[in-house]
Amino acid sequence: MTLQVIAFWALAVASVASGMAVFIVDSMARATFALLASLLSVGLAFLLIDLEYLGVLVILMMVMEMLIMAVFMIMYMMNPAGLMPMKMVHNDRAAMVIAAGVFVLLALGAFVTPWPRRRGRPPADVTGALGLSIMGPKMLVMMVIGVAILATMISTVVLATHRGRYDRYGDALEARRPVDPGGGRLAVRDDRDRHGEDRYGDHPGGAQQPHPDHGPGPSSPGHGHDPSHGHGH
Amino acid sequence: MHEVTPAWALIAFPIVLAALALLAATFDSVLTAVATGRPAPLKAMSDPLREVARLVVQQRRRTFMPDILLMRIGIFTLVVAAVLAGVVLPLGDRPVADLSVGIVWFNAMEVCVWGSLWLTGWGPNSVYPLTGGYRFLAQGLAYELPHMFALITAALGAGSLRIGDVVGAQRGLWFAVWMPVAFAVYLISAVAMAFWGPMNQAVGSDIAGGVRAELSGPDRLIFQAGRYALLAVAAAAAVPLFLGGGVGPVLPAWLWTALKTIAVLAVLVWAKHRLPAIRMDRFMEVSWMVLIPATLLQMLIVGIVVL
Amino acid sequence: MGLHAFLLLASALFAIGLYGVLSQQSIVMLMMGLELMINGLIVAGGAFWYHVAPADADGQVLVLVAVTVMALEMAMGFAVVTAIFRARDVDMTDDAADLKG
Repeated sequence: MTLQVIAFWALAVASVASGMAVFIVDSMARATFALLASLLSVGLAFLLIDLEYLGVLVILMMVMEMLIMAVFMIMYMMNPAGLMPMKMVHNDRAAMVIAAGVFVLLALGAFVTPWPRRRGRPPADVTGALGLSIMGPKMLVMMVIGVAILATMISTVVLATHRGRYDRYGDALEARRPVDPGGGRLAVRDDRDRHGEDRYGDHPGGAQQPHPDHGPGPSSPGHGHDPSHGHGH
Repeated sequence: MHEVTPAWALIAFPIVLAALALLAATFDSVLTAVATGRPAPLKAMSDPLREVARLVVQQRRRTFMPDILLMRIGIFTLVVAAVLAGVVLPLGDRPVADLSVGIVWFNAMEVCVWGSLWLTGWGPNSVYPLTGGYRFLAQGLAYELPHMFALITAALGAGSLRIGDVVGAQRGLWFAVWMPVAFAVYLISAVAMAFWGPMNQAVGSDIAGGVRAELSGPDRLIFQAGRYALLAVAAAAAVPLFLGGGVGPVLPAWLWTALKTIAVLAVLVWAKHRLPAIRMDRFMEVSWMVLIPATLLQMLIVGIVVL
Repeated sequence: MGLHAFLLLASALFAIGLYGVLSQQSIVMLMMGLELMINGLIVAGGAFWYHVAPADADGQVLVLVAVTVMALEMAMGFAVVTAIFRARDVDMTDDAADLKG
């Protein structure tokens, strides 16, 4: 038991310290991985209180999430490597006061509130209990999560991509193969088009300009394709 | 945990892992010697050990303004992740740590390789390693989902996330036999995860060695050791998950485990010399358009059978 | 490591995250603050499950929801950053104050 207490406090200190480091270090890479360290400490702390599945799940998801985050961080930050010190904050003083106040309030609340006594004991198979719960009485939660994930997937793609179907299949939607920077070979609708090899991926200039009149297309309608109307709205 | 882990397992496990990694490296260098037409290719068997000796004494190179801390974290994470992923795999009949969520643990540890490679690529402040790091992230996004589904399929077949139970569920029939799609996907993603063979663009020669381009001396040694250890663990995990673990006639469990692991490892090493490179942007499409639906179908079939 | 210790950790993480959210100018850094805040929620959820009602799985489900929210928040956040960066070359909160009253 004492070993567990020591481990918990070590993880707690590590988590809070690396959480603070996120906003102290200059390098974006270091900030991202400081955040990851904070999240991993929490995941490991969960292993101490029988939450094996959730703890490992937090580790698994957060590693992937932070690596994706690192890509975006570095993409959208000037000076991502922190080679020159800089501080990009507003309202620093007020933010610090508010955060400190919130911490004091929350901590006071945590200690003053008469929490209910512990009811029952953890089941033998904690993970199994979670699984049965979300497939039984808590199924609605799981379904809502599923719908939320689907909605997020769709809306993130809609927001983040600058290419629509007209960019992929041409203005009249008549191209047989989509013109995709990433290849798109498997999305082929008709494999009679054998001339379009150089349109995919290898050089971005060619990949972004749709060539709807490229294929042999015997039934090609006589639409005029304005070459200047390519992509990027 | 079922029982207390015997002390010998704690000592034996790193030795076994190191031996497997060395075995993979030896086999690889022999195959390379054969492919390059060296006279007496069997003499190449000592190449890995010579390389170890050379790297131990080699002076470190330094790049301009590197982030040494992150680079070292990345290098060490590779070895540590491989070892930690291996602790849930049975040596014979019992693993070092028999976690009740062993499969998720294995998956979580091998995802740490993403962080390891990206950090190792970022650290030296050099363009080719950075390119390699980003390449591995792209590859990771491609292989990870089919990989997870393959692992979950094995767990579904056994009705448990504990690797010991997965082995126990295969007493009658190996999972590799009645979930061949999941097994194949697992092998493909294991190759991708260990950035090995056809999917080694993260350390590809077209970008001067990629992630490891600037590594030298002990740094490079640890990185290479971690890479082979990861390959060994990826191969070893196929045994309890799909090949029946230590179950087999006559021979004891540990020997069967070892034999099967070495066989899978040999196939993976051999595949490196036989298969052409797959670019990760193309693999991405195959992976998401073919492998994910295939594993989902496999999971559906397994689910129906189990029910 | 009773309930109080866990809640203390949770409040500390939440407060650090709140500081980041209020003070950072870069949208990406702001999102890191949000992640830290949700991290605090996850700690609190896990602690309440273990120390108050371990017999039911409700606390675990709550943590699961929080973890999912974390991932969704990040995905949506980056999509919005990408869209706004593409449209206006903006990656700072101060430049995206159109809805400010």
